[in-house]
Amino acid sequence: MRRRSLAQIACVSILALVVLAGLSADLLAPWPYDRQFREGFNAAPSRHFPLGTDELGRDRWSRLLYATKVSVLLAPAAAFLSLVAATVLGSLAGWRGGKVEQVVLASADMTLSIPWLFLLLTLRALLPLDAPPALSLVVTFALLGLLGWAAPARVIRQATREGLRSPYALCAQARGVGRIRLLRHHVLPNMRPILAAQFWTALPAFILAEANLGMIGLGVPEPLPSWGTLLHDLVRQAISGVLFESWWLLTPAALVVLVVLLIRGAFPLEVAS
Amino acid sequence: MMPRCLACLLIVAFLPCLANDVATAPQLQFAVQSEPKTLDPLRSNDEPSEIIRYLTHASLVRLNRVTQRLEPELAVSWKNSGTAMTLELRKGLRFSNGDAFRAADVCATFQRLTDPKLESQLADSFRFDKGRLSCRVDNDSRVTLAIPEIRAGFDRLLDGVAMQPEKGGAAGLGPYVIAQHNPGSFFVLERNPNYWKKDLQGLPLPRVGSIRIEIQQNKEFEYLRFRKGEFQLLTNLDADLFERLKTERPEEALDLGPSLDTEQLWFNQAARSTAPDHKKAWFASADFRRAISLAIHRDDLAKVVYLGHATPAYGPVSPANRVWHNTGLQAPRTDPAAAALLLRRAGFKNVNGALQDVAGHPVEFSIITNAGNRSRERLAAMIQQDLAAIGMKVTVAPLDMPGVIERVMSTFNYDACLLGFIQSDPDPNSFLNVWVSSGSMHAWNPGQLKPATEWEAKLDELMARQAKTLDPAARKKDFDEVQRIAWDMQPMIFLVHRNGLVAVGRRVKNAQPSVLRPNLIWNVEQLSLEAAAR
Repeated sequence: MRRRSLAQIACVSILALVVLAGLSADLLAPWPYDRQFREGFNAAPSRHFPLGTDELGRDRWSRLLYATKVSVLLAPAAAFLSLVAATVLGSLAGWRGGKVEQVVLASADMTLSIPWLFLLLTLRALLPLDAPPALSLVVTFALLGLLGWAAPARVIRQATREGLRSPYALCAQARGVGRIRLLRHHVLPNMRPILAAQFWTALPAFILAEANLGMIGLGVPEPLPSWGTLLHDLVRQAISGVLFESWWLLTPAALVVLVVLLIRGAFPLEVAS
Repeated sequence: MMPRCLACLLIVAFLPCLANDVATAPQLQFAVQSEPKTLDPLRSNDEPSEIIRYLTHASLVRLNRVTQRLEPELAVSWKNSGTAMTLELRKGLRFSNGDAFRAADVCATFQRLTDPKLESQLADSFRFDKGRLSCRVDNDSRVTLAIPEIRAGFDRLLDGVAMQPEKGGAAGLGPYVIAQHNPGSFFVLERNPNYWKKDLQGLPLPRVGSIRIEIQQNKEFEYLRFRKGEFQLLTNLDADLFERLKTERPEEALDLGPSLDTEQLWFNQAARSTAPDHKKAWFASADFRRAISLAIHRDDLAKVVYLGHATPAYGPVSPANRVWHNTGLQAPRTDPAAAALLLRRAGFKNVNGALQDVAGHPVEFSIITNAGNRSRERLAAMIQQDLAAIGMKVTVAPLDMPGVIERVMSTFNYDACLLGFIQSDPDPNSFLNVWVSSGSMHAWNPGQLKPATEWEAKLDELMARQAKTLDPAARKKDFDEVQRIAWDMQPMIFLVHRNGLVAVGRRVKNAQPSVLRPNLIWNVEQLSLEAAAR
């Protein structure tokens, strides 16, 4: 028990450091994230550029810090938003059943089947061209959050139904516990592992989805970096073969993996119970 | 009984080998980036459609992409008097469906091409102010094309007109026919059994029996498949992938030098522009545009974005276009101090590092470009930094390509646009729809009823005059002046001419790569392909 706590504390501490480093990007970054050193593009790590420079000569270390700031705040927010929507609708469907369930399931099916790309393109066309990067960022992640509810809602609806039929729920009902109290105090708390799993599944998916949205002009606009845009660059570097000869290019991917592992390590009860 | 069993055994034993032989029969494979928009050869205007047209149809004359001279194709000879062109057709030719090719087919093709209902972009080049093109059948193998006014370079336009049968249908006279088409996925082309060309030994052409064209949107995957040997040809390579390939397989990666293509930035000067009045005033100011041109580091663009595989541009005509390029123009100059001075003279002032116009509006605008094009996104990011140095705040807005086209051609809801022009013919007449004020590609202010400015009126006059004379020196003089005006007024700020970066697999023989499109398959009938090593 003590060893587990120590591991948790270590994970939380490192995670806190990563988040703090991201939030202090303005202080820690040696260079502005968009400053181009055109005499030294694609440079290897050096004293001036700890992780080298990118294809426009921008300091990779500074960009990684600013990307952490963007993604560490917004990707979990989007995952949380989608989870809240999925929990409300999924548990409502599982709890009430009947027409409410049919409407929620039909909406989920529709959400999953609609070609969202076209709607996203329409939305981009509606946004002003000179929209500030911050607005574009918030809109992107809010969209991701709102569009991501359908798949987890179906899982949560099924879990709610099973929870309501479980022996502990029947026992509580036999003792006269009302259905709302049963849902809030017995079923939903028992669904925490499922909710946690949905959250951690959504988080990296949202980071990557944000990178892909950049392909249609949504997402984090240049020159602002995000984990998504940095990971997106890796794909090309991997294809051209440069990635595996230059370890420092893997840093963004390593950081994303590390953060996901740290989160799982820091909150093991939710995932493992 | 015994011999029969033995025979069965032998067949069973060798069946896999036979199947393998079929599978590895030489088939040229390459990719296009999207499904062709049309298979109608007279309506093709996107690159995939043009490639299919080139492979399955033939024209009366062909532009040799290396020598840039016209060569006989379906016509063995021709005589051009300026307003009439008489062509002697090759005898004994047959379409892929077996029908004979005759002079009537030529006239039917031109009649269909110039029918407004076809809505062919190619037909724009065959329209005249004073009347229509007419076609006369002199006899079965001679035809005369008459035009109402002299049009210089008219004969070169014939390279793009695919001959079709008089009675209609998809039959062609090109080296291949479409054998299989899986929309969105691939084409398989097989040798046209009625193709007429033979090699020096009298063997029938084309040498490669079959071509598979995959639709592969992702350039990186196309590159990977080339490296794996699945594709044998690669065009329009990005500089970083080209560099990589060059280090691994130097004999396959080819830098063809500056292409005719341009990358440029222009400001929205359309009368129906949705921009506020103060922005319209900036964009209409030649000094504003000149200052921006002076502030952009074109050498850096060529060095950083294209890794040196590009040439800084200062006019619409690439130095690769040796005949028509105006060598008298000054090379591009980067001078932010001179840019700031020009802006001061034009009434702009720098307040704490931020530029403002006379009325105090901060100089801020957006640049749209097509999302997913990494080179253009990088160009935009670099221009953003260059202009920040003179106090301008630029937002880069990558949009999907249809979104960009809609804003530029129809809604005029944009500030500035960064795009490229693909140039397939070096002749000035191929620039007509760009430089004439009524042209659809007069990007900064398209489709004007009458020229909005004096210098645009001058451009109209010069372009019309050079098109109506057959004297090459007079045409050159006029077109040089067009380039000088474009350089002086900067309606489009030309940035770079990309080099033609291609790759030809080592199994492909007789390739003659050219910077002119279709870069690698313009002599497809001569290409041969060695069998893949087992």
